[in-house]
Amino acid sequence: MAAINRDDVAHLAQLAHIEMSAEELDRMAGELAVIVDSVKSVSEAAGDDVPATSHPIPLTNVFREDVVGHTFTAEQSLSGAPDAYEGRFKVPAILDED
Amino acid sequence: MTENNELIRLSAAALAEKLAAREVTAVEVTQAYLDRIAAVDGKVHAFLHVNADEALAVAAEVDAIRAAGGAAAAELHVLAGVPIAVKDLIVTIGQPTTAGSKILEGWNSPYDATVVERLRAAKMPILGKTNLDEFAMGSSTEHSAYGPTHNPWDLDRIPGGSGGGSAAAVAAFEAPLALGTDTGGSIRQPGAVTGTVGVKPTYGGVSRYGAIAMASSLDQIGPVSRTVLDSALLHQVIGGHDPRDSTSLPDPLEDLVAAARTGNVEGMKIGIIKELHGEGYQAGVENRFNESLELLKGAGAEIVEVSCPNFKYALGAYYLIMPSEASSNLAKFDGVRYGLRVLPEEGPLTIERVMGATRAAGFGDEVKRRIILGTYALSAGYYDAYYGSAQKVRTLIQRDFEAAFAKADVLISPTAPTTAFKLGEKLNDPLAMYLNDVATIPANMAGVPGLSLPGGLADEDGLPVGIQLLAPARQDARLYRVGAVLESLLEAQWGGPLLDKAPSLTDAAVSSHGGSH
Repeated sequence: MAAINRDDVAHLAQLAHIEMSAEELDRMAGELAVIVDSVKSVSEAAGDDVPATSHPIPLTNVFREDVVGHTFTAEQSLSGAPDAYEGRFKVPAILDED
Repeated sequence: MTENNELIRLSAAALAEKLAAREVTAVEVTQAYLDRIAAVDGKVHAFLHVNADEALAVAAEVDAIRAAGGAAAAELHVLAGVPIAVKDLIVTIGQPTTAGSKILEGWNSPYDATVVERLRAAKMPILGKTNLDEFAMGSSTEHSAYGPTHNPWDLDRIPGGSGGGSAAAVAAFEAPLALGTDTGGSIRQPGAVTGTVGVKPTYGGVSRYGAIAMASSLDQIGPVSRTVLDSALLHQVIGGHDPRDSTSLPDPLEDLVAAARTGNVEGMKIGIIKELHGEGYQAGVENRFNESLELLKGAGAEIVEVSCPNFKYALGAYYLIMPSEASSNLAKFDGVRYGLRVLPEEGPLTIERVMGATRAAGFGDEVKRRIILGTYALSAGYYDAYYGSAQKVRTLIQRDFEAAFAKADVLISPTAPTTAFKLGEKLNDPLAMYLNDVATIPANMAGVPGLSLPGGLADEDGLPVGIQLLAPARQDARLYRVGAVLESLLEAQWGGPLLDKAPSLTDAAVSSHGGSH
């Protein structure tokens, strides 16, 4: 399994939407390399015949009656928003160009 | 003051009796705890928010109902008027919920978690919100954005984590009960290092609606207390089916309180997990563990040894599954719907850049580490090798448990490999920090319930040691049955609760005890 390097961390930070300074990238790359190295034995633990477990106690077909349950008012929904305008969340520009 | 000092040292069960007998009022009890918080929380820092007014109002309501008598008084819940603290990962109307993170500083939830609704229905005054590692990521509370909690046994040491605030609050007599959450040991390991009791119920046994999710296939809410019976009482308040959590088990709740009251281990088979003691465990931890085995044997239990060979992969698999799920769950903190928004210092103000700046400023180092690790484990080309393999390890761990429970009714191990370490000692070594959870993680991976109770003090440092009991899924009652027996045998040996040996934390009392250590 490939080791994790500084360029990987920079790419991952971009995917995860976390801005990182050069110093942070260096430190994170070092720490993650150690962690990744310590978990790599996991990939050799189980053979192909072992099924994956996604949930410890799986439940299937969890449905409810198709009736309106509790809903928040617009005011409640917007109460924690950093910015709102006329009953809506106000989002910064999606595109870079004007 | 002496009276109040006695009040706050009572168990929740004893308080409930005194309240029902009207020997004391709920307002007196709640005020005694608020006074204690005011007196010692400057040193302990278990609370992020104290909810005095609402707690006293609820207490007054309980007192009024009791005073009026009649049907309403008779229908009061047994814990009505018994105060409780809530881990700040669980949302509450009327109090801020921060998850220990700057990104949620000052955020007020528009809804209550199901467990909080149930506390309110039982009329339990909520004393406040307790400190935790940011988004429950850590084993020491040092990753809280609001400063660490201090262990009441030694203020220079960690109270465990992530639920160090809840455990320390209970250990320091700032609350008789608290709620915690346990993803890899966050209820049990703080219980172990603070000399308190903590239970991780069966996965799905307690609704998680309103618990801010870290790793959805592992997270579980559970009780934190000073006695096994108190945890059973609280478990019974919060447990049971909730249609708002689609992982909530539809099974009716067993009578856990009865199990704790009628504890008996005669003829029971108790399995020592070969892989969860010995090498890597502190000598004092090992000694107290062996003594507990002897006590259980003396009470008629049969001690057998079981082997769980795949547990050696549990920690590694956990550190793939948990960050993967956490990175996905924390994607919602985008600086738009709630919490912090930080604008980049220069350049265009696009959503991408605002999100990057917000998450950079709002998340601490450990959260960033886990998000990056999770993003890595889930990325194309690595998914099968990492997340996929880790999920297979979960199957192997479940099979190990199945085989072990074919030989034993409950399993037993130390809760944590060491006693409380010094604040700062492992902060710069993430891997050393992760090792604290080596004995607690297997239960989360398999969804089985676990309980930690105090097993005594380690010889070398005089600090609390935790004993962990594990039961098959849906058999939480067994934990209370065995836990109550072991607790009473140990307390008979100690001549009282272990917490009687903890420092009092108030200056006057320290000098009167002559500075016991």
